[in-house]
Amino acid sequence: MRRTVLPVLTVLAAILVIWYAGAVWLNAAWAQDRATRAGVELSLVELVADTWAQDKPKLPAPHQVAAELWRTTVEQKVTSRRSLIHHSWVTLSATLLGFALGTVLGVALAIGIVYNRVMDMSVMPWVIASQTIPILAIAPMIIVVLNAVGISGLLPKAMISMYLSFFPVVVGMVKGLRSPGIMQLDQMTTWNASPAQMFWKLRLPSSMPYLFTSMKVAMAASLVGAIVGELPTGAVAGLGARLLAGSYYGQTIQIWSALFMAAALAACLVALIGAVQRVVLRRMGMA
Amino acid sequence: MGWIVAGFAAWAIGFWINVRLARLPRSRVTGLAVPVIFGVTLLVIWECFVRGLGVPSVILPPPSAIAVRFAASTHILWQDFVQTAIKGALTGYVLGCGAAFLMAVAVDRFSFLQRGLLPVGNFVAALPIIGMAPILVMWFGFDWQSKAAVVVVMVFFPMLVNTVQGLQASERMQRDLMRTYAASYWQTLFKLRLPAAMPFVFNGLKITTTLALIGAIVAEFFGSPIKGMGFRISTSVGQLALDLVWAEIVVAAMAGSAFYGGVALLERSLTFWHPSQRGRAS
Repeated sequence: MRRTVLPVLTVLAAILVIWYAGAVWLNAAWAQDRATRAGVELSLVELVADTWAQDKPKLPAPHQVAAELWRTTVEQKVTSRRSLIHHSWVTLSATLLGFALGTVLGVALAIGIVYNRVMDMSVMPWVIASQTIPILAIAPMIIVVLNAVGISGLLPKAMISMYLSFFPVVVGMVKGLRSPGIMQLDQMTTWNASPAQMFWKLRLPSSMPYLFTSMKVAMAASLVGAIVGELPTGAVAGLGARLLAGSYYGQTIQIWSALFMAAALAACLVALIGAVQRVVLRRMGMA
Repeated sequence: MGWIVAGFAAWAIGFWINVRLARLPRSRVTGLAVPVIFGVTLLVIWECFVRGLGVPSVILPPPSAIAVRFAASTHILWQDFVQTAIKGALTGYVLGCGAAFLMAVAVDRFSFLQRGLLPVGNFVAALPIIGMAPILVMWFGFDWQSKAAVVVVMVFFPMLVNTVQGLQASERMQRDLMRTYAASYWQTLFKLRLPAAMPFVFNGLKITTTLALIGAIVAEFFGSPIKGMGFRISTSVGQLALDLVWAEIVVAAMAGSAFYGGVALLERSLTFWHPSQRGRAS
């Protein structure tokens, strides 16, 4: 633990330093421009101070983003449309629904693929091919079409999340369900186990580590899907909408704060799955 | 009604053929034929049901209409393909993967950097980086440069993590052997560690092919010149010209598959010695 904390902190500090330097470099032009128009000569200190405190900077300084995050999360009421927590909740609900649907679909497909030779041969190549299609690119169409059919709100976004998150689960679960060795399968056969018993008592338990690993990937993918799914709805609510609105009006600080919120959300969700994984695997005696 | 019956018939026939084929011993032919028949059956069912149920083409056009549109507007599609896939995605992919590879080699020399960067890199690789797109569009303008920048950022961390992992893949015994040969750092790198890292490197390259296309297309939603696949998709959705959207999707799918397939072929020829590749030669 100690061995990694110090290097990680060093890297993070380096990123902060580069960020502040980048803010000076990118925002200097605008600060100079304004100063010459006002007819003032800027000293170096003033210039740096100005680049770190602009209203619509090209690259906001970290403390500006932190202040915006604090303002939009703690100081606003949760129900307010200005509250980032409100927007995060909109995105989070779509992410979780999509993730749940994707995991169920993924596990179902994996069971089909493991137990059915026809499905293995015909579906598996298409599952892989389906991921070479840049699905995010057609997210707007899916949203608009589902809206036209009368499905709106949470479900269309969740569908995109589902499409992105089922793939890692299928691949991981197929691997996991096939992970019991021939010895273990033979052992079950000598105990005269039925196929159902074989599945519940051997294959499913031994696939658990694979399931959790792929669920972490699926969760991250699902969040990306939900964010992109919010782009075409006309920036109503959600983190993706904040990104789009921010880019329309040049509110860079708003974009960055939404981005950090999304990052925090992703980190929390993945950490949550990690915690569940540890508890479950310990109870099962696998960790 | 006839169309729906035909759809069910196609379903039954495709299913029956595939069941028969799956019972045959596994060979190259059946391995290829089964998924192809599955795909064709899906297309036929799609066509029959769209026609039979009278689904309006603004919701779901039949595959035949998409094919007609595809053939009729090849020059638009080609122009968009060049703008997005070649200029945006491919440039960004080469730059991003190249930079990540060099960075990984540099990081690998210093174990301090390695211990610091790997957790951060792993964390960043799981973040919704696509959200950086509006910022990068703001920085680099509307043309393909900003799309390439988005792709660079998207592919960098997955590639970095994979390459760093790969550089650690050579075994202690092998490295010791190189030492007894009095091999220099560079000799060890080029003769042992890079070749041993190749499977991991290619894993990273394959993962990032899809990311590259996605990044380039989604970045166009935040602003683009009046060409490009993302631009075409978002404007055609607005005009309810869904057949053009689907034609664009077909292009994206073909580009994505070809890109992935190309990298996979390269992998097979360069890492023919790896256990995961050996079985397929026969």
